[in-house]
Amino acid sequence: MSNIGAIDGHDAHHDDDHHHGPAKGITRWIYTTNHKDIGSLYLWFSLAMFLLGGTFALVIRLELFQPGLQFVEPNFFNQMTTMHGLIMVFGAVMPAFVGLANWMIPMMIGAPDMALPRMNNWSFWILPFAFTMLASTLLMEAGAPNFGWTFYAPLSTTYAPETVTFFIFAVHMMGASSIMGSINIIATIQNLRAPGMTYMKMPLFVWTWLITAYLLLAVMPVLAGVVTMMLFDVHFGTSFFNAAGGGDPVLFQHVFWFFGHPEVYIMILPAFGVISEIISTFSRKRLFGYDSMVYATSSIAFLSFIVWAHHMFTTGMPLAGELFFMYATMLIAVPTGVKVFNWISTMFKGSITFETPMLFAIAFVVLFTMGGFTGLMLAIAPADFQYHDTYFVVAHFHYVLVPGSVFSIMAAVYYWLPKWTGNMYDETLGKLHFWLSFVGINILFFPQHFLGLAGMPRRIPDYALQFADFNMVSSIGGFLFGFSQLLFVFVVIKCVRGGKKASAEVWEGSHGLEWTVPSPAPYHTFTTPPPIAENAHARVETKGDV
Amino acid sequence: MQPKNKFLLGLLSSALVLISTHASAAWELNMPVGVTNISRETYDLHMLITIVCALIGVVVYGVLIWSLVKYRKSKGAKAASFHENTTIEIIWTVIPILILVAMAIPSTTVLRQIYDTSESELDIMITGYQWRWQYSYLDDEGEEVSFFSNLSTTDDQIAGLDEKGENYLLEVDEPLVIPVNTKVRFLLTAADVIHSWWVPEFAVKKDAIPGFINESWVIVEETGIYRGQCTELCGQDHGFMPVVVEVVEKAEFDIWYSERQEAAAAIAELTDQDWTLEQLVVQGETVYRTFCMACHQANGQGLPPAFPALTGSEITTGPIEDHINVVLNGVPGTAMAAFGAQLNPVDLAAVITYERNALGNSVGDFVAPIDILQAQAE
Repeated sequence: MSNIGAIDGHDAHHDDDHHHGPAKGITRWIYTTNHKDIGSLYLWFSLAMFLLGGTFALVIRLELFQPGLQFVEPNFFNQMTTMHGLIMVFGAVMPAFVGLANWMIPMMIGAPDMALPRMNNWSFWILPFAFTMLASTLLMEAGAPNFGWTFYAPLSTTYAPETVTFFIFAVHMMGASSIMGSINIIATIQNLRAPGMTYMKMPLFVWTWLITAYLLLAVMPVLAGVVTMMLFDVHFGTSFFNAAGGGDPVLFQHVFWFFGHPEVYIMILPAFGVISEIISTFSRKRLFGYDSMVYATSSIAFLSFIVWAHHMFTTGMPLAGELFFMYATMLIAVPTGVKVFNWISTMFKGSITFETPMLFAIAFVVLFTMGGFTGLMLAIAPADFQYHDTYFVVAHFHYVLVPGSVFSIMAAVYYWLPKWTGNMYDETLGKLHFWLSFVGINILFFPQHFLGLAGMPRRIPDYALQFADFNMVSSIGGFLFGFSQLLFVFVVIKCVRGGKKASAEVWEGSHGLEWTVPSPAPYHTFTTPPPIAENAHARVETKGDV
Repeated sequence: MQPKNKFLLGLLSSALVLISTHASAAWELNMPVGVTNISRETYDLHMLITIVCALIGVVVYGVLIWSLVKYRKSKGAKAASFHENTTIEIIWTVIPILILVAMAIPSTTVLRQIYDTSESELDIMITGYQWRWQYSYLDDEGEEVSFFSNLSTTDDQIAGLDEKGENYLLEVDEPLVIPVNTKVRFLLTAADVIHSWWVPEFAVKKDAIPGFINESWVIVEETGIYRGQCTELCGQDHGFMPVVVEVVEKAEFDIWYSERQEAAAAIAELTDQDWTLEQLVVQGETVYRTFCMACHQANGQGLPPAFPALTGSEITTGPIEDHINVVLNGVPGTAMAAFGAQLNPVDLAAVITYERNALGNSVGDFVAPIDILQAQAE
């Protein structure tokens, strides 16, 4: 374990942490109830999963480099696509945002820690066991789950490998972890805000996480329900999803996507918060339309519950159903557009500099908007009949998730790393990492739009010859992007180990309570609540010029 | 025109032709326009949304790039202090809503047409299996025409031992045949897991779901061969169950159809014929290669534990009634499908006999097609 936040309490002594510093050795990490330690654990875990899931992605891109079966068997290929999806969604993106929430929310609202510190420890420590169990299926005779991360029944029940049971319990554990994590975040935000920190003064990252936490609380039990029904179908002879026993395979999809659609917003709303903080900081200008950002986020969260069947346009829903889900889905473009316009208006007439976090944030706005456009195209049901389950969809959701969620996480890490470690990261290497990632990601995913439109289905290990050229281009981009992430790991470790000392403010345009504590942030912060200015609207001013 | 210029022009135009033919083959950028009214309308809809998105993109990215260039701190930009403007917030909420309404109207029109499956002239049942399609022509008169459509690309091509053909992975042993300019209704279902039947040039993609019968339709306006694939992950060989549809003139279709009816009648006759063990083993090997080999492997060793070995197994060397039962009805809760409905009695008898007397087994008994019919009746 490295020591992001593992500040030797004596170096960074501060009025707030006169009790004690962190415990020594491995027990510090096992027993810790400190939000900063747990935040670090989440982030390191997420990084490990990102590299593991990325390795699976490289296996996929390697096999798809040219037509024919060269490296893996079709069944193993399916295991790779499944595990890549599961690990990236549940192991990399979600824990990274929970890690950021742990680190930053208490410091942003002036709280001493999370509201439920012991549960916080448990929420994290469930995860390594859940993912060890899931990944261990790769070593089992029956092989890992091979039915896609969406695990449609009956492929995932009657026709599943025996390891499906490990998958089900791993999902249960991840779900329990997420539910506890979200309860903790809700309890912290609603109860531990410093006096004077009203809801409409909270930083946008806190707002987006509050809404995300409610989404998690609403849908993770639905996921638990659907995998439990699978468990009963597999082991106890029920027929929830088995047509031969009177069950309904389409019911599975309705229940899954009732979870699954809010889930995709769970992976993007905290990103909106991060990007709002960063763009405002490096434009040296207050976020444009704070109130409308909050309302837009809430609208997106509400809409996310009534659009799930747009993933199921080809299942043969009645016309009225298709129309309802098409219209509702198109509506999402409105609040999403508001957000993009607000970010651009924040930059408009600002005083912009281009440090690494800002580069990632700008790329987020550009490329997430690309994903938004293709999302709108996919909402049009008749056109979706052509796009559905092709590489066009793969390109769409990777544009939203990689230069969307993942770039926002990287932006957040570069942005707050000096606060966590007390050291500035290497700006040159950070920028190099950005440009390699930016170029790599576009070579990787942009051609996949064309592949999908030309008719290449997703989740196939081999393809017809007319898809060969773009697949090769895409694979080259994949390797460029994949190996560039080793540079990210290097930059982070280098920064943890040392570097130019960071000031408390770190950034010229920084604003918010987290920048009022020293860098690195002491082990305990805000043991007494900080004063919040009466006239501070929607933000806590720390510097006159912002 | 100067001869030199003419030469250059010729060179240029031939280069353009080369590039564009190559482009249409490999660097295909867009959705096919297709050969049905619906596919053309879908294409137009797709182009409309793409262009609308591109125009919005030009404006949004334009303002973004302009801000990034103009308001750089390094160029001495000082930050303004404004942070809200209700008027502009209302404008950029209302305008997108109007654009969305404008896009929803044509989308609704097309969708209503797609859902109108009435007044079909020909009905075809499409059943998805792991990993092949079955096409059954629904017709009250004469013998039923029903057959399986299997991938015909060879394993050697897939493994890279043989040069890949032009229609690599998009070719089948028997394509679906339909008449041109005729409203054909498809009824889709599946026998095991969910599959999805897609032909891009028809703009038809519909899930084939066990326990459900979905509907779709086409009126194809040009004869030709159209290719597509299964688009719902359905297990190991999901990438290897293409859809091929041959669209022919109506007269040609009628001839083909009556030939298929006669062939079906011939199969019925074959079922009644006397068969020897040797004849059945020869016939059975072909059936085994098409239907059983993917799981149980060419040598009968299977891929345990999911796909058990047939060589020396209790089923293939035990009582023949049990063997027939497993092949006809499958094994619930496992990947072993029920082949009773998939194969004709001759092929069923042949493959069971083959499994008992080949693949390292030599039980010495055999089952005649007529016995299969009897077993099915029970």
